[in-house]
Amino acid sequence: MSISRRHMLLLLPAAAVAWKHVLAGTPESSPNYTMSQHWWGMLIDLTKCIGCGNCVRACQSENEVPDGYFRTWVERYHVSDYDIENPRVDSPDGGKKGFPPAKDDSGKNFFVPKLCNHCAESPCTQVCPVGATFVSPDGVVLVDKKYCLGCRYCVQACPYGCRFINPKTETAEKCTLCYHRIRQGLTTACCESCPTGARQLADLKNPNDPIHEFLKTHSVQVLKPYMATHAKVFYNGLDGSVR
Amino acid sequence: MSGVEGFMYPNEIELQWSVLIVLYPFLTGLVAGAFILASLERVFRVQAVKPTYRLALLTALAFLLVAPLPLQLHLGHPERSYEMYITPHKTSAMAMFGFVYLWYLMAVLVLEIWLDYRRDIVVLSQSTTGLKRWIYRLMTLGSSNLSERALAIDDRVGYLITLIGVPSAFLLHGYVGFIFGSVKANPWWSSPLMPVVFIFSAMVSGIAAVMVLYMLMMWVRGEKIDMRCVDTIASYLCYTFIIDFSLEMLDLIHRIYEADESFRSLDFMVHTKLYMSHIVVQIMLGTVVPIALLALTQVVKLGEMTRKRIYALAGCLTLVGIFAMRWNVVIGGQLFSKSFLGYTTYKMALVTREGLLVAIVLTVLPLVILWVLVKLLPPWPERESGSLPEAAPAN
Repeated sequence: MSISRRHMLLLLPAAAVAWKHVLAGTPESSPNYTMSQHWWGMLIDLTKCIGCGNCVRACQSENEVPDGYFRTWVERYHVSDYDIENPRVDSPDGGKKGFPPAKDDSGKNFFVPKLCNHCAESPCTQVCPVGATFVSPDGVVLVDKKYCLGCRYCVQACPYGCRFINPKTETAEKCTLCYHRIRQGLTTACCESCPTGARQLADLKNPNDPIHEFLKTHSVQVLKPYMATHAKVFYNGLDGSVR
Repeated sequence: MSGVEGFMYPNEIELQWSVLIVLYPFLTGLVAGAFILASLERVFRVQAVKPTYRLALLTALAFLLVAPLPLQLHLGHPERSYEMYITPHKTSAMAMFGFVYLWYLMAVLVLEIWLDYRRDIVVLSQSTTGLKRWIYRLMTLGSSNLSERALAIDDRVGYLITLIGVPSAFLLHGYVGFIFGSVKANPWWSSPLMPVVFIFSAMVSGIAAVMVLYMLMMWVRGEKIDMRCVDTIASYLCYTFIIDFSLEMLDLIHRIYEADESFRSLDFMVHTKLYMSHIVVQIMLGTVVPIALLALTQVVKLGEMTRKRIYALAGCLTLVGIFAMRWNVVIGGQLFSKSFLGYTTYKMALVTREGLLVAIVLTVLPLVILWVLVKLLPPWPERESGSLPEAAPAN
């Protein structure tokens, strides 16, 4: 089969685009990943979230999360002008398939993606009777599936509802911040799939990470700060009604 | 999903701790309470309750043997539970359960029962025949010395163990309260009062259980109930119950007055999903009524039969009330969202691993064990004197 000059002119740019996609899925070279050099967290810019549910779908397929359980989910808040302390919240199937049109146009509607807050002082790791769940030296809260008893105490202790028991393994499960990816220099599945860049993986120990500039110049908040868990998922534009 | 009102975090819809975890503090509470009743005679020299001393110890043992079973059945991986002994996580309240349990079982209860019954066991190992003889021989653990000095040592060591046993009983159940009270994520549980309330409710349930069991066993054996004994137990039950109820009311009033962000959610729950189990069963039927009945016997002179009936009714209602209290703590604490924006429902299965049937079996099992223990180690030696001339207790 001969390729004409005309075909070549079309194929070359297509191959370049395809190659870029291949590279995007290839780990950056990180043979010398040192845990002590990282301190992972996440930045969620609520002003950018459109509630598309891409992050939930990406997480479920990347981590084989069983149906009906969520390592990450998206909530939609409706806050009335007259009753800001009692928001109406919905999250149909964790926001996996997006959201139906809002019923009420008065007040304000906004989306809040949720995931494990990878707390530095995490109540879930504190209560684990065997230490099967722990904070890794690079700041990620993980669960050792081969060690977990399935006592569910950690699920009770998490103030954010981020943990569940996987019905297949009968062990505790939660967001790992795609630990298998970030160790190889990739970002998390949810961050990668976010079309607006509302979710950004952040390495707080990396002085060149844009998180530092963002934290300096924005009013950033964590969920339930009164729980004093030293959460590392930071929200920009977080409304006071969010729980 | 059906059964959900308002908004729950999606992972919260399914309840994590079932009826088996309701049973766990209920059974452990009976152990601690029964032991504290036994210690009244041994440590605090309340001679009136002596007829129930051994029965209380055996009751505590029967319930203690079953107490870890609901936990074990509830675990996703029960085969890994031994890890709690090998690699306990020191910051976990739950990790210490294994040690507190073993300490209480081996160092306190079994040892005290053995020392108290040693004389009887030795005598029985000589007077019985066949399989029973072998069982009793095994139970002597090779110690058949019944000299005055040996029996005096038994008594002294037994007394010391009871002395250690009283704070151990408080530790056992106070610690169970701490498992719940230390969960800061859950406002229904998170309270420094929780361990104290658990200790007093344990005493209430244990005292009531031994009182009812004693009266039941006397009735079955066709023997006369020692009214001085049950009158004394009933008065202790009444006073302990008043303290327990006061503490629970203090907690309630504090919550109502403070009315923090969780209050509206908890208040809604008490008026809807928990109305029957909390207001009707726990507070009215299981607390106010038995306290009123017991108080009546304290202030009005009633006939023996009336008192017996009142004690039996009050004792049974107390047990129902304390079970309801455990239910409301464990199940109630999971019915509302940590977002305080919604509620879920507990659907108890019937024949699953954590279903109603298993719960019933685990409730009846301690009574079966107690029956075996009573047959093996009769708690009323004075009545057996015809066949066991030397089987009287050492003291």
